[in-house]
Amino acid sequence: MIVRARNVDFYYGAFRALTDVTLDFEKRRVTALIGPSGCGKSTLLRLLNRMNDLIDGTRVEGEILFEGRNIYAPEVDPVEIRQRIGMVFQKPNPFPKSIFDNITFAPKLSGIRDRGEIETLVEGSLRQAVLWDEVKDILGKSAMNLSGGQQQRLCIARALAMKPDVLLMDEPTSALDPISTAKIEELIDSLKKRYTIIIVTHNMQQAARVSEYTGFFYLGKLIEFNATEKIFTNPAMKQTEDYITGRFG
Amino acid sequence: MTSKAREIIIKNLFALLAFISVLLLGLIVLFLFREGLPIFKQISMAQFLFGSAWYPTYDPPEYGIWSLIVGSVIVTVLSCLIAVPFGLLSAIYISEIAPAGIKEILKSVIELLAGLPSVVLGFFGMVILAPWMQETFDLPTGLNIVNASLMLAVMAIPTISSISEDALYAVSRDFKEASYALGATKYETIVKVVIPAALSGISTAVILGMSRAIGETMVVLMVAGGSAAIPRGIFDSVRPMPASIAAEMGEAAFGSGHYHALFATGIVLFIITLAFNLIADHISNRFKEEGSGTL
Ligand SMILES: Nc1ncnc2c1ncn2[C@@H]1O[C@H](COP(=O)(O)OP(=O)(O)O)[C@@H](O)[C@H]1O
Ligand SMILES: [Mg+2]
Repeated sequence: MIVRARNVDFYYGAFRALTDVTLDFEKRRVTALIGPSGCGKSTLLRLLNRMNDLIDGTRVEGEILFEGRNIYAPEVDPVEIRQRIGMVFQKPNPFPKSIFDNITFAPKLSGIRDRGEIETLVEGSLRQAVLWDEVKDILGKSAMNLSGGQQQRLCIARALAMKPDVLLMDEPTSALDPISTAKIEELIDSLKKRYTIIIVTHNMQQAARVSEYTGFFYLGKLIEFNATEKIFTNPAMKQTEDYITGRFG
Repeated sequence: MTSKAREIIIKNLFALLAFISVLLLGLIVLFLFREGLPIFKQISMAQFLFGSAWYPTYDPPEYGIWSLIVGSVIVTVLSCLIAVPFGLLSAIYISEIAPAGIKEILKSVIELLAGLPSVVLGFFGMVILAPWMQETFDLPTGLNIVNASLMLAVMAIPTISSISEDALYAVSRDFKEASYALGATKYETIVKVVIPAALSGISTAVILGMSRAIGETMVVLMVAGGSAAIPRGIFDSVRPMPASIAAEMGEAAFGSGHYHALFATGIVLFIITLAFNLIADHISNRFKEEGSGTL
């Protein structure tokens, strides 16, 4: 278990978005978070790398343990957490910089200056994200010229260049066409050998295809958490069954 | 009346109003050139622009405006050296750092600065700053380049600050989130993501601030000292172009060489500000088209 949430409540101002969420994410596995829109999937994901700190008036109760340490303990530096736990967003958000500079953003922040090391890192990350062959001749061009699917893979490569342990993905394919979606799904499959992946998805087939574990959320509560196969073939809860059979959501 | 007819009338009314304003502007420019160009029957353009003697009322008169151009350029550049850091830093502070309460206060203060009549600033420079500078630095006069630059900077800061702030504010939240998620601190995010993404707007702000400073008349008329000679130091007096025009137009005889020379000075000023505005426009357009380009 690399990341564990313990009795987590989360508030946006007075609004409680998560209620008593407890679940464990296993190392080098893909865990999917599913549930109808507004049920708190993104909120939970953004709690795991302290991105919700950036929103004013929010409050967390309970604990989130990363490698046994509560990341909300007062002495923990959120910057350090975010370096270890990368994130890919719903809408591809490369910087308006060159492809090369997008990838080197995080490594340069952590003080890597050596040209050779940086170039190796750029190639390695782009290869891992299966983008190298498409962009190796245009590394100096603006990332904004890439297609949506390429931009999303660039964002994955950019996060990988930070050498994180965990990769959080918030509906990474919801803005993409089916071919790009298939590429990202393949990519997730190849990345799980080295990274712990937690993916929020709206698409139940996607959860079934890419994940080993699935958590179903409804109205800010974790309704059911189990092996993906179990959730999709034989859910324990009536609400889960209703959702995956499309009766609501 | 049908709604269709009303639409047509409204549309044409707006078109007419727009046309009238453009026409008026065009006529003013035409007038400027008609009154200014005749000076070149008396002297060549090079003599006019680069001649360093401005003795329009002597006999024979000399109409070299080089020292006026130098005066304008020097106070503009110096005022921008002061106004750009202040304007930019305040914009960054307001849009990215300040807590909500302070943000509102600072914004109102800057709006207040923008609303200060330039004659008030000139007056301040004249009766407070000038005597103080004269005494403190033991100068022959406190009405000089530094004084004018400081007052112009006060005028340019609100322009630079508010346009930069809009540009910074417009930087997509997505970029900031991406930066934080990659382990950047707030400071690193501002320097490496927010400012580069807002660079076109910031450049526009700086250029518009400069164009405001170079065209400003009242302040330089009151505090630049009015000496039509090439300055040798930043505590010398100068006579920037707008000051020269404002001070002398009243006494220049209609249709005289002096009169035409002042209009020609106006043409030079007009071309400089026009160029600034075109550059500002070009920068913001170019970045817009490329979807912010590569930084
Ligand atoms: N920044 C915010 N401020 C206030 N409420 C929010 C904010 N973000 C999300 N919420 C609310 O929290 C709930 C959960 O949102 P979210 O985690 O985005 O859901 P999901 O990702 O499952 O669609 C929703 O009711 C949403 O309206
Ligand atoms: Mg969401």
